[in-house]
Amino acid sequence: MGVGIEVEDLNAWYGQTHTLKGINLQIPANSATALIGPSGCGKSTFVRCLNRMHETNPVARAEGTVRVGNVDIYKDASPVEVRRRIGMVFERPNPFPTMSIYDNVASGLKLNGFRNKRVLDEVVERSLRQAALWDEVKDHLKSKSGASLSGGQQQRLCIARAIAVDPEVLLMDEPASALDPVSTAKIEDLIFQLKDEYTIVIVTHNMQQAARVAEKTGFFLSGHLVEFDSTHKIFTNPSDKRTEDYITGRFG
Amino acid sequence: MRIRFHQSLDELKEKLLVMAGMAEQAIQRSIEAYRTRDLEICELVFKSEPAINRLEREIDQAALDLLAMEQPMAIDLRFILSVIRINADLERVGDQAVNIAVRVREMGAYSNVDLPVDIPRAASLASAMVRKALQAFIEGDAELARSVLAMDDEVDAMNDAAFTALSALIKRQPELTPQALNALIISRNLERVGDHATNVAEDVIFWVRGADVRHKGSVAS
Repeated sequence: MGVGIEVEDLNAWYGQTHTLKGINLQIPANSATALIGPSGCGKSTFVRCLNRMHETNPVARAEGTVRVGNVDIYKDASPVEVRRRIGMVFERPNPFPTMSIYDNVASGLKLNGFRNKRVLDEVVERSLRQAALWDEVKDHLKSKSGASLSGGQQQRLCIARAIAVDPEVLLMDEPASALDPVSTAKIEDLIFQLKDEYTIVIVTHNMQQAARVAEKTGFFLSGHLVEFDSTHKIFTNPSDKRTEDYITGRFG
Repeated sequence: MRIRFHQSLDELKEKLLVMAGMAEQAIQRSIEAYRTRDLEICELVFKSEPAINRLEREIDQAALDLLAMEQPMAIDLRFILSVIRINADLERVGDQAVNIAVRVREMGAYSNVDLPVDIPRAASLASAMVRKALQAFIEGDAELARSVLAMDDEVDAMNDAAFTALSALIKRQPELTPQALNALIISRNLERVGDHATNVAEDVIFWVRGADVRHKGSVAS
């Protein structure tokens, strides 16, 4: 099951550049939360702080508190543990190109020491079913590589790989921006279904997509969280003029 | 910046203002026809109806295109929804003008008698409501729109008074029934014009403030 995320006074820097400025918000469990804003506003930095990916950049640092469930991920957990509990899907599908479809999905578990074939088979099937990919790949799980799939299938494979390790949170950074409309619709349907099991945070430039899939939406601008409210409120009658100007295309 | 989209919104607003001008002129003409019993003015009202209907379809299509092609959000989305609703109300104002002109033409077949109803005053009030609601739309002024809502009660009260007075007249002088019934229908048409102006004002408030103030005073609400 998904867990809620509480962020308190989160700041992030790249070198001297202050990219996130005092972010406070609460992301509800088992829901989809969308983050929108113009390029460079800090939304991707923010999600990278949620699973400690930000600190993989040697010149980057973050300060503040991020609690996932009851765990302060900067104090009480190692980066490896954090990334197991918080999966991430990127803009460009990135399956391991030389691995089979099966091994792509099983890779996280194998890395964590699982070797029981029956368990692995079960997890691979369950994950591929959850990612709405099972029916399309079940006949060549081990004979085809992840790279042989279409872009949309590769992205769903990456989602299957992320959920195979049974995370509580799924972060998605522009997960459909490189996909055609049909594949995008499949990913959006998938997000809708995955909310039952996971807490989802999705960064998107596509405001219609945010409106379709998310219960809550946050608008970032110049490193600030300008507004965080129900998606309905944000897209029909936002409280802040800057949010309204952005979503109506008056700037950005 | 979505410059082309925002130009399209301005064009949509201008089209609706043309529609508003036509509907307002139709209602003014129908009242003038009542006052003067001039059947030529009635003809002008009848002739204006197809143009109003044509423009209604054109505005709806333009609004539909913007919804489909531009996927507007927030105040822009509310604006387009308001335009669609206001457009329908203005077309109905045009219909009311035609209804009044039909009654005036009918009244021409009977002798001109003094009736216990102040149609010009009701017309003046209903027209003022339409004008004020449209001014609120032009200026995006929710407060001005709100002031229109308060005027509707007065128009309703005048229509109720007309009903009472004309019913009594029919009882007293049944030979005046045709004239009284026509006047009653005109009073009812003007009351409906006031309702349409109220709808326009509510749509302006929705557009500007995002607040749905419809049906606040209805019996069921």
